[in-house]
Amino acid sequence: MLKIIGRRLLVSLPLVLIVSMLSFFLVLLTHGDPAVVILGMNHTPAEYEAVREKLGLNEPALTRYEHWLEDLGRGDLGVSIFNSEPVLKILKGRSGVTFSLIIVTTIFSSFVGIGLGIASAVRRGLLARIVDVTSLLGMALPNFWVALVLIAIFSVSLRFLPAIGYVQPGTSLSGWLKSLVLPVIVLSAPAIGIIGQQTRSSMLEVLDSPYIRTLRAGGLGRSSIIYRHALRNAAISIITIVGLTFVSLLSGTVIAETVFALPGLGGLAVQATSQHDLPVIQGLVLYFTVIVIIVNLIVDVVYAWLNPRIRIS
Amino acid sequence: MNKHSPTPVNPNANKVTTGTENAGMQNWSLGRVLLHKPLALICGGFLLLVILGAIFAPLVAPYPPNALDLQNALSGPTAHHLLGSDELGRDVLSRLLYGGRRVFPGVLEGVLTALILAVPIGILAGYFGGILDRLVGAITDALLSIPTIILVLVVIAIFPKNSHAAMITFGTLVSPGLIRIIRGETLPLKDADFVSAARVTGVSDLQIMIRHILPGVIRIVIVQGSFIAASALGYMVALGYLGLIASSGEAEWGQMVASAGALLNRQPWLLVPSGGLIGLIVLAFTLFGNALRDASAETIAATPGPVSRGSSPLERTAQPQGFSPGPSNKLLSLINLSVAFSSRSRDILAVDNISFDVNPSEIVGLVGESGAGKSITSLAILRLLPNAARIVNGQIMFDGRNITGMNDSEFDRLRGSSFGLVSQEPGTSLDPAFTVGSQLGELVHLHDGVNRKGSRSRCLDLLNQVRIRKPEQLLTMYPHEISGGMAQRVAIAMALAGRPKLLIADEPTSALDVTVQKEILALLRQLQLETKMSVLIVTHNFGAVADLCDRVIVLYAGQIFEEANVFELFDRPLNPYTKGLLLANPSNAQPGQPLPIIPGRIPSIGSWPTNCRFAERCPYAADECLAGPIPLLALESERKSRCIRVDDLRKEGIL
Repeated sequence: MLKIIGRRLLVSLPLVLIVSMLSFFLVLLTHGDPAVVILGMNHTPAEYEAVREKLGLNEPALTRYEHWLEDLGRGDLGVSIFNSEPVLKILKGRSGVTFSLIIVTTIFSSFVGIGLGIASAVRRGLLARIVDVTSLLGMALPNFWVALVLIAIFSVSLRFLPAIGYVQPGTSLSGWLKSLVLPVIVLSAPAIGIIGQQTRSSMLEVLDSPYIRTLRAGGLGRSSIIYRHALRNAAISIITIVGLTFVSLLSGTVIAETVFALPGLGGLAVQATSQHDLPVIQGLVLYFTVIVIIVNLIVDVVYAWLNPRIRIS
Repeated sequence: MNKHSPTPVNPNANKVTTGTENAGMQNWSLGRVLLHKPLALICGGFLLLVILGAIFAPLVAPYPPNALDLQNALSGPTAHHLLGSDELGRDVLSRLLYGGRRVFPGVLEGVLTALILAVPIGILAGYFGGILDRLVGAITDALLSIPTIILVLVVIAIFPKNSHAAMITFGTLVSPGLIRIIRGETLPLKDADFVSAARVTGVSDLQIMIRHILPGVIRIVIVQGSFIAASALGYMVALGYLGLIASSGEAEWGQMVASAGALLNRQPWLLVPSGGLIGLIVLAFTLFGNALRDASAETIAATPGPVSRGSSPLERTAQPQGFSPGPSNKLLSLINLSVAFSSRSRDILAVDNISFDVNPSEIVGLVGESGAGKSITSLAILRLLPNAARIVNGQIMFDGRNITGMNDSEFDRLRGSSFGLVSQEPGTSLDPAFTVGSQLGELVHLHDGVNRKGSRSRCLDLLNQVRIRKPEQLLTMYPHEISGGMAQRVAIAMALAGRPKLLIADEPTSALDVTVQKEILALLRQLQLETKMSVLIVTHNFGAVADLCDRVIVLYAGQIFEEANVFELFDRPLNPYTKGLLLANPSNAQPGQPLPIIPGRIPSIGSWPTNCRFAERCPYAADECLAGPIPLLALESERKSRCIRVDDLRKEGIL
């Protein structure tokens, strides 16, 4: 098990390096000059030079990358061009919202998706149709549009839930939950469909396998067959999809946090993109990549734990 | 490469790897799919319409995209503005048409980028394998760990409002998933006969890839391309909505949704046309891809030929007497059993009107070539038929009870305690996620209701019974840690856990080495002597039959062709098919002589002739064999044979 984790991490390190390099040098390609962004249009050449010097913009690219990596090693991701706050601090401040959103959505959509998937594998017919339609609609309807429709129904018409904004769980737990309901529904819709479909097809495949036949012929009842044996084996591929869902939710938050005005990482990404705040974007790229790597690692560990063939060898 | 595919594709789409499926792929054509799949036609037509609408927007749109009509602002659908108008009275329909001119080029850029990267790289990696393949695998793995959206945002931050840069980045980042799929699709093609043949005749690798591999992967490329288009469209409108590639007020779909969102309180209708159109287009791309994918799967699975229903009334009357529900000293009786696979349009018989008995403590062999219906018959007894198959006629009596009429929960109680199953592949017949002790213990607990300690001792007894030397050690092992022969012993122990009266062994030795085969057969014989259970053994191995069986039933194309006591059958087969099988048995081979195989092939399910089903392979077939269905004739000493010429052939000294 430790070997699996070790190998994964070993493969991940160059990936982080490549991504950091990619984002760093992509940024160098920019036509926009950060110094101009900071100073605005009215500035003297001397001021301009001073800013460039301060930002280290006059050094060769490779040296700048080295400095940047050194800073990175110390946990220094630079400062936002927009408001001069340290990037790491901004990222930390924004993480809570995004993680609340993604974790709650993953748990919710896994429960509903796996439940629907099992039920539709065992019963087929109508339920299977429901899973298919949910998955198709969840994928087809743009999530920002679904969000607006939900706001129109639940916030504007029924006044059940807040349309936008975020409440810290420390401030009010019910307020926190309420502020998450609509974003979670928006993000869950496609996730439930994908997890549901994967669960159904894996369950059907496993239920059709010779070992299930052996166990059924041996007299095991439905519940043991479905929940103990079939689900346990199907879980191996379901967990992969759940991990993917988690990763794709990182992208989903970009939209959801913008529509619902949640102060998270996704909203930050959009804001930084339109403000041309490159240090923040670089930080986000690295941060997201690290999150993806960690999630993949967790998936691998769970995968190995579920699969004795890997666990033992 | 990696043990799991991180692309969320339908797992069925990845399964197209075997030789038979490639055969289906050869006659796949886009045109035919469109004809046979109305949904694909509708989706394709709709997409074409929307794209043409965008191209010819200046001609077909009722208004210019920014023409103001302040009197009719926020009007909702009217005769003037079919899809309503926005806050400045601009016509929504016209703006949607013009908006397509922004969105579709972006979609095209994304899809083309992905295809241009993925098709050559995927084919090269799959075709050449080796270091190239591993390198590509590592790079695709790495790229798949980067969240697409964030890199697209980086690119937009660098090239503000540049949708081209954004979509080319998108295409690049989705290409790894496609590369994997194309690589997977190339692998079996590379080893296909026609490719090997081309290689032998000196066709260059490049030409092989272009002429033979590319046409083979084009299907999956179109399917995946339409999924990528759906997702590219989603990206375009999302970026538009966020104002990252379009400015507010522009006739761009995402922006139209955004402004509709801002006007939610005043005119909620505005959300309908914009979001609806986006949803419909994404849906159309997705369903189009699904339909193409399913269509190729169906051409692969299609079964030719009309249904031949051999069970005509004539034949039934010709059945010899003694097939009525028999006296209760039979343990198992199949009475006129027919099993069919149902497809959407029709039923295809796989087992045709079979009747036979198994007596207590008797070992009966069910023999025949693959496709004769042996396994289906045995699974029908256990009510473990594949989903598409069902019993369409007949009864199964067990221990004097009609088990075909039982409901599922009643039937469940018979499993394990009345009959047990040993199946073909020991490697896959044990649950890979649980230890031997765990799964065997579960069955023991179920049947004996004993506690943990009692369960353990019974497990050890069972493993001793199947002659496993170190049973304690085995209990903690997983199925993948034990050999095939060992696994088959465990599978037998599991079948014995409920002390069944009838053990059904479906090709219990076919997947094993010859020496292990002998051990397993010996084990079955000993177990039968010890427990006095009946055994129904399904096999195509006459050695196993001679070793074990008391009586033999020979199946061919869903029908019983001969039934006889094992000594009499080997001594003197009374059916040309049985005779052919016995002659073709390798253990009867004469040194220096070619093995006399039966020419031709068993007719496949769904294409059985109405006359003698063996006639076209039978060296003794005469006109009368082709005249109609052949009855199963009762002969001396309780023998039966389905050969209309049996008397002639005996006179001629052939049988």
